[in-house]
Amino acid sequence: MTDLVDIADGIVGLARDGEELEAYVARSTDTEVRVYEGEVEQLAVADSQGVGVRIVRDGRQGFAYCGTFDPDALAETVAEARDNAAFGEPDPAAGVAVPDGVVPPALDLWRPALADVPTADKVALALELERATRAADPRITGIESCDYADSRGESAVVTTTGIRLATRATGAELVAYSLAADGDDTQTGFGFSLGRDIESLDVAAAARDAADRAVRMLGATQPPSARLTVVLDPWVTAQLVGIVAGTLSAEEVVKGRSLFGGREGEQVASPLVTLVEDPTDARSWGASPGDAEGLASRRVPLIAGGVQDGFVHNTWTARRLGTQSTGSAVRGGFKSTPGAGCRAVSLAPGTAAAADLVAGVEDGILIQEVSGLHSGVNPVSGDFSTGAEGLRIRNGELAEPLREFTIASTLQRLLSDVAAVGSDLTWLPMSAAGLTLVIADVSVSGS
Amino acid sequence: MLDDAVIQRTLAAALRTGGDFAEVFVEDKRSSAAMLDDGRVEELSSGRDRGAGIRVVVGETTGFAHTADLSEAGLRSAAEAAAAAARSGGGGVREVALTRRDAPRPNEVAVLPESVPKGDKVELLRRADEAARGEGGAIRQVRARYGDSRRQILVANSEGLLTGDDQVRTLFVVSAVASGDTGMQTGYETVGRTVGFELFDRYEVEGIARTAARRALTKLAARPAPSGTLPVVIGPGGGGVLFHEACGHGLEKDLVDKGASVFRGKVGQQVASPLVTLVDDGTMAEEWGCYAVDDEGTPAQRNVLIEDGVLSDYMWDMLRCRKEGRARSGNGRRQSYQHLPMVRMTNTYLLGGQDDPADIVAGTDHGVYVASLGGGQVNTATGDFVFGMREAYLIEDGQITEPLREGNLIGNGPKVLLDIEAVGNDFAMGSPGTCGKDGQGVPVGDGVPTLRVKALTVGGTAA
Repeated sequence: MTDLVDIADGIVGLARDGEELEAYVARSTDTEVRVYEGEVEQLAVADSQGVGVRIVRDGRQGFAYCGTFDPDALAETVAEARDNAAFGEPDPAAGVAVPDGVVPPALDLWRPALADVPTADKVALALELERATRAADPRITGIESCDYADSRGESAVVTTTGIRLATRATGAELVAYSLAADGDDTQTGFGFSLGRDIESLDVAAAARDAADRAVRMLGATQPPSARLTVVLDPWVTAQLVGIVAGTLSAEEVVKGRSLFGGREGEQVASPLVTLVEDPTDARSWGASPGDAEGLASRRVPLIAGGVQDGFVHNTWTARRLGTQSTGSAVRGGFKSTPGAGCRAVSLAPGTAAAADLVAGVEDGILIQEVSGLHSGVNPVSGDFSTGAEGLRIRNGELAEPLREFTIASTLQRLLSDVAAVGSDLTWLPMSAAGLTLVIADVSVSGS
Repeated sequence: MLDDAVIQRTLAAALRTGGDFAEVFVEDKRSSAAMLDDGRVEELSSGRDRGAGIRVVVGETTGFAHTADLSEAGLRSAAEAAAAAARSGGGGVREVALTRRDAPRPNEVAVLPESVPKGDKVELLRRADEAARGEGGAIRQVRARYGDSRRQILVANSEGLLTGDDQVRTLFVVSAVASGDTGMQTGYETVGRTVGFELFDRYEVEGIARTAARRALTKLAARPAPSGTLPVVIGPGGGGVLFHEACGHGLEKDLVDKGASVFRGKVGQQVASPLVTLVDDGTMAEEWGCYAVDDEGTPAQRNVLIEDGVLSDYMWDMLRCRKEGRARSGNGRRQSYQHLPMVRMTNTYLLGGQDDPADIVAGTDHGVYVASLGGGQVNTATGDFVFGMREAYLIEDGQITEPLREGNLIGNGPKVLLDIEAVGNDFAMGSPGTCGKDGQGVPVGDGVPTLRVKALTVGGTAA
């Protein structure tokens, strides 16, 4: 931990007069186990590390990275970032973060005991998940993959402007992709469990999900095209929320690509929609005391009662728009510069249980999985169209399975058409939480 | 990249506690990129990633470890970790005699990007920005990205193989935002080849930028796509992703072996219309998915997957070929030295047919014409797949008419392959892509002539 700060300090020490320099140093230790038919298929253990260096001089920014802590390579990386900076165009808003007095919250994200768990225990958990998934239903005929993975990730950000932040988090997960068959019909499902340590993993729940999701799709047919109410499963809602959150990045606002730019104070969604980014919530997978520029994480209201309320900012977007960073700098790792984005966004839960929401739908579809979010959703125009599968809802009851159809609308209309929000808030392994969400008047395309 | 004797000792360390197979994969990848957005060159970035991945196979189990430390001590430590992970039991010392076996590169590289002044790369961005904005005042935003990479690899294994490759790729991407009464729309165009900076002798960045801008402007007048099942005509070069998703992934032997493919047990059977001959070709010069050797050291090959509608073969990685004692196909790829290789596509394309593309459109009474597809996704076990329409139009009475807004199409692979009812004589390769599988991305290419699918579900909102 401290050695990462030491490495970052050493890099910052290479800055020259007139330069702002940011060193982002990251390291992780990972174990991945894949089992297949009762045997270990793959077992990988590895340490990864790397450094990203950003230099700003006279408003010009340059960046370089390297995948090692070798001192010669670090010096080369600084020199390369410096050289690159000469080619950027000047921007008065460019620069690294400056301490703003907000104290990073203490979050319990690091479980040292994970490092001492014998590999054999991890293998045993994966094998148990495979066995339990197969045993959950006689129609489960195979397991496409069954993995245990854990990670101990640490990072440090140090700048010439006085930023000095170290963060670390552990995580462990189990995930199974199952195959169910009945005659010629094959369907797939998945189940997972995650936590900060191995003790939090729930093999039985993951196995049950993996089996149920596949088995209940057996016999699925293509529905006729219609306009219907859809009920999104928490897994699907989280993916939708993640896309909406992307449009609430101030970077998209500054660059004129956000649907919500200039709409502060306007009704942009159903009054049932309240959206908040809060990486200080330790339950979220993206929780962290600080952001990718080393500022403290904080709670950021985005949409309140359907009214556009705020955006997530990093240092650059805040300077461009004359405001303060919300501690929302994000980066894809040491190889990229910080953007502005959400890490832990969630809808405020409602009061109804998922089953009650389904019971309130006369004719609709419960969507349990979507596909092609990257190819059929355009966050700039708002056009939304994804492949989907799920279960027919008829007179408030779950009925036959459906597949090979799409659901389509626009992001703007989906938000306005939210008819009910479930109480079942669930943090998932992504930047958003899920819950059951009911949306009216969605185009279903099928036969 | 490494001394032969060091590699030999590392392999010996990997096999010291037994093991049926050991491999050292060394990678040294340098990348540079330049980004322009909002009218300004935001930054240049450059980086280097270097390290080795070592795997040891014992029976059905693969142990894997990687290290960024390429010293002999660093390699030995990774070799021991991989061996321990493979739970190797027996003992003994095995000497490995290495024989250098290089394969020809699909093409030579004329101008290494690292030899090009950074200012020249930045200049391309400014030219692209100006050209895109020159298409009209409705173009409100332009993002342009230049990227290059040089990936040098070395592969050595306990079968005595020693080989390597030097892969240079150069890419240019422009995306534009147009704004009008109907809101904002985006247009996108990308050109990438497995070549150096000579890419820009062949492609003017202004042309790439104008294409992106025109796509955005066209869509301002677009109407919502239809909702329902219609005939779909796909334009030349625009739709290789259809085959990548409809059957490409399902023909990867690792998925087939696990029962996760609808094409399991179908070799020798008619799985597609007789008009379909599908090829995966890693030797295709300059294409985005080409190389001399794959990431297991097997030379790239041209593999016919479907011939006149009959499934002829799957794609394979080395371990599965070893197991079944068959010839290798050269499809073992990995994202980086930090990843295990698996079965992947290279450049996947449908061979041209006999039909006049104009007749294919004219023979479509009411349908959708897709000039350019976006990405896609498939469930190989069910065969259901989606892919996005990046540029599409309505076909009415045999004529291409109004532009359509974006959306996904959905279909079922085995059914769509049989539903291909016309294949044009205008084959063209498409845009460079990144194929994702099990968390790893690798560069791939695709291509198709004009073709018509009898029925696909179009995921729009218009009744």
